[in-house]
Amino acid sequence: MRITLHVWRQKNSTDTGGMKEYTVDGVSEDMSFLEMLDLVNENLINEGKEPIAFDHDCREGICGTCSLMINGIAHGPDAAITTCQLHMRSFKDGDAIHIEPWRSLAFPVVRDLVVDRSSFDRIVQAGGYVSINAGAAQDANCLPIPKPDSDTSMDAAACIGCGACVASCPNGSAMLFVSAKIGHLAHLPQGQPERYKRARDMVAQMDAEGFGACSNHYECEAVCPKEIPVKFIAKMNRDFFKATMCSES
Amino acid sequence: MSLGTTMKSSIGAKALMAITGIILVLFVIGHMVGNLQVFLGPDALNQYAHTLQSLGPILWIIRLVLLTTLVAHIWSAAVVVRMSVAARPVDYQKRKDLTTGFAARTMLVSGIVVALFIVYHVLHFTTGTIDMAESYGQMLPDGGGHDVYKMVIEGFQHPLTTIVYCLATVVLCLHLSHGISSLMQTLGFRNDSNAARIDKVGPVLAIIILIGNLSMPIAALTGLIK
Ligand code: FES
Repeated sequence: MRITLHVWRQKNSTDTGGMKEYTVDGVSEDMSFLEMLDLVNENLINEGKEPIAFDHDCREGICGTCSLMINGIAHGPDAAITTCQLHMRSFKDGDAIHIEPWRSLAFPVVRDLVVDRSSFDRIVQAGGYVSINAGAAQDANCLPIPKPDSDTSMDAAACIGCGACVASCPNGSAMLFVSAKIGHLAHLPQGQPERYKRARDMVAQMDAEGFGACSNHYECEAVCPKEIPVKFIAKMNRDFFKATMCSES
Repeated sequence: MSLGTTMKSSIGAKALMAITGIILVLFVIGHMVGNLQVFLGPDALNQYAHTLQSLGPILWIIRLVLLTTLVAHIWSAAVVVRMSVAARPVDYQKRKDLTTGFAARTMLVSGIVVALFIVYHVLHFTTGTIDMAESYGQMLPDGGGHDVYKMVIEGFQHPLTTIVYCLATVVLCLHLSHGISSLMQTLGFRNDSNAARIDKVGPVLAIIILIGNLSMPIAALTGLIK
């Protein structure tokens, strides 16, 4: 296949950057999207040019490092996968593909398609943990947790923190991410003691990082590679209301 | 956490917008149902208007509450919009919407249009400043208060006025079709089992309000009610 790419190139965080066009031949439909970019980069290196910088690590859809806005959709056209799991068979010969980095005040571009997502880390540091001593690993079933609760908790815990929710949100809101991080603990007994303080502090950090406010477009749910539903945002809001209205700390 | 800090947070501002939204939706429905009495004839509408007028100080309290609600709704919208605009200083050259609709994307514009229309509507029918010179404030011969019925019928005899009202109604209903469903999610009511119903209740209520509110100016203009 022959593919034309329009890629965002930006030298560093202070550079203004712009779109550049590349043509790449010999793309196989079995290649992953990132392998196609590897091919482009090999060609660029052979020509003595700077390769395109992009984030990746596991390349098996579990780490949340890869990103990319592909033809205007976070993680590309196929639902419920990350960019590293997207394959070139989803495109056809002669296609033009637009690639841009995540766009958010809280995700500054480091270089080309690489953005700094440490704002997510700071949100988790603000309360996305259990600070009580939960002891050593217990025997199975020693701590009874109803199946619906553990399932819901696991649904939220599937979040890999890639930031596609922010990238796709017309408001640049991080609420799906934050609600998933609050939600997976809110459904487990270990998460209860700090539940409301956690909701309050993580939301405060989310706002301080400069993320936008959700207006319920549900674009985040549509692009989430882990299909995390927006019901967690509703749950987070409930916890936040309780935290601000009822809690004493 | 103080109430002020809460209201300025992303979720707090959204909650304020949602709660004030509920009050405003209830007002829109009550306003429509009251006005639909125009179809019951002059006596019914004038009697209703007279009852409202004779509430005296209570009427002013209701007006004040509504105005405060409206201001709070607009203020919280401003907080939310400011956050969202600031959140993406460099926009995409290409971004595709997958699920959101026209109504959700145009909430700001539809909100501004509705706000401007409210000003016009109050100047038109409540104070009679615009365009109502002859029939505004005319009293009924039997001392039953203002002849509101006549004012409504005459007010909608100008096609331009009627068009403005119809367009504003369409924009209002666009705003409500997203707003009503959206506020339920914001306030935390939406879950797996009711999501489909909640997503429908906004558009359905909006269409009911659209039909109800369009029927009056159109009936008056076409002579269905005289
Ligand atoms: S590289 Fe790990 S999820 Fe894509």
